[in-house]
Amino acid sequence: MENNIHALIKDSFPELEIQEGHLQVSPEQLAKLMDFLKENGFAYLHDVTAVDWPQHFTVVYQVRSYEKPDKLTVKVNVAKDKPVVPSMTGLWDSADWLEREVYDMFGIEFTGHPNLKRILLDESFMGYPLRKDFIG
Amino acid sequence: MRTQEITVNLGPQHPSTHGVFRLVIHLDGEVATGGTSVLGYLHRGLEKLAESRTYPQFIPYTDRLDYLASMSNNLAYVQTVEKLMGIEVPERAEYLRVIFAELQRIASHMVGVGTFVMDLGAVTAVFYPFIHREKILDLFSMTCGGRLTYNYMRIGGLSHDIPEEFLPKLQEFLDYMRTALEEYHQLVTGNEIFLARTKGVGVITKEMAMSYGLSGPNVRASGVCYDVRKAHPYGIYDRFNFNVPVFESGDTFDRYMVRMIEMEESVKIIRQAIKDLPEGPVLGKVPKLIKPPAGEVYHSIENPKGELGFYIVSDGSPKPYRLHIRRPSFVNLGVLEEIIKGWKVADVIAILASLDIVLGEVDG
Repeated sequence: MENNIHALIKDSFPELEIQEGHLQVSPEQLAKLMDFLKENGFAYLHDVTAVDWPQHFTVVYQVRSYEKPDKLTVKVNVAKDKPVVPSMTGLWDSADWLEREVYDMFGIEFTGHPNLKRILLDESFMGYPLRKDFIG
Repeated sequence: MRTQEITVNLGPQHPSTHGVFRLVIHLDGEVATGGTSVLGYLHRGLEKLAESRTYPQFIPYTDRLDYLASMSNNLAYVQTVEKLMGIEVPERAEYLRVIFAELQRIASHMVGVGTFVMDLGAVTAVFYPFIHREKILDLFSMTCGGRLTYNYMRIGGLSHDIPEEFLPKLQEFLDYMRTALEEYHQLVTGNEIFLARTKGVGVITKEMAMSYGLSGPNVRASGVCYDVRKAHPYGIYDRFNFNVPVFESGDTFDRYMVRMIEMEESVKIIRQAIKDLPEGPVLGKVPKLIKPPAGEVYHSIENPKGELGFYIVSDGSPKPYRLHIRRPSFVNLGVLEEIIKGWKVADVIAILASLDIVLGEVDG
């Protein structure tokens, strides 16, 4: 089952490499890939989060299917000085709050998000606490 | 006559919000035209705290996520670290984990349905489930001394074995549960007022449920058969025989029913686990210093509220480089603003209660 979907992705995105269910894409490719995944049974955007690495941020998406045991981890590296990725709110409603949380904690911007503002912290809060250089 | 839309704050200090949650409701007369959720009143920054704690030190913090399901939170976290390090868990510990996780599911659902019916105005109906739940808490406190925050699971097993009197008491409880659930069905489920207040109220369609990424009883009430225990079995769940209740209409009544039936199924699982419970140690071979190899792992389990996931990035040090918690209550709550439209204030409260959220988990 899992190999089927891997083969399908390979056909449509030959430049991508899948390793143990992980897919690394560029911010430009992300929207196209996610659209493709949603069309092919990945109806469940399970989680969105990010990691602060010394050179870049990585935004991590967990996409799944409700009917099949398929699951994938999609990763996008974004530059530290201009952390921007396209929003997935057009594909999944769950992206709304999940992306707002990432924005709140990391300051990563999701272009096309209809309501991108802090969700857990107060609007007057300064800085992004889950960044490694944040001093509380 | 001039009319205007008014906004009303529900919470943050309001008993119906089950914690510190604020819902700004826009009202046209008594009917809600929309709402805005305001969260974060209980945000403690657990993910940031984790970065300055060792792996075992973080276990008690997980107790404080969904504080009505601390055992399950413990389980999700320790299993994630075990997956990252490739630690084997002894058979006895695996079976006891299932027993505790399912007891916790019953305890959590008892509060879920109890407070839901209470929010509809039936105050008597909250006391029965709380009495039943108390018996589970007795079992927990006899095992690990805690009623709410257990800190019982360990990376590689459990902190200690169950006391001698545990199994007879548990057996007694399981027999008691059958009559307890029957009694509750007679008291609440067939009640005409209850049906009038819940049937067709706050409908989440199948498409909506999937798009909003719902999980747990909330998604199964909307016709989606998704249970992590079946879809991605973890621990030893593939050895048990149980059904996953699925309802089709996605209203508040169905969400109530899914929880009621899940409690029966949990009883079934516990009975099987007791039957097969082996003797032996409850803690496996674990290094003195927990230092997972550099790498990352994602693991999720079926918590009473939905799918709880942990994402851990290790840099090879004794503390996580990054720890993220996928909190089911947080994601499930996202659908609220959409489904309260068109309902009266009293129904909005019922709809919120039917989602069964816990603010410790929403805010993280």
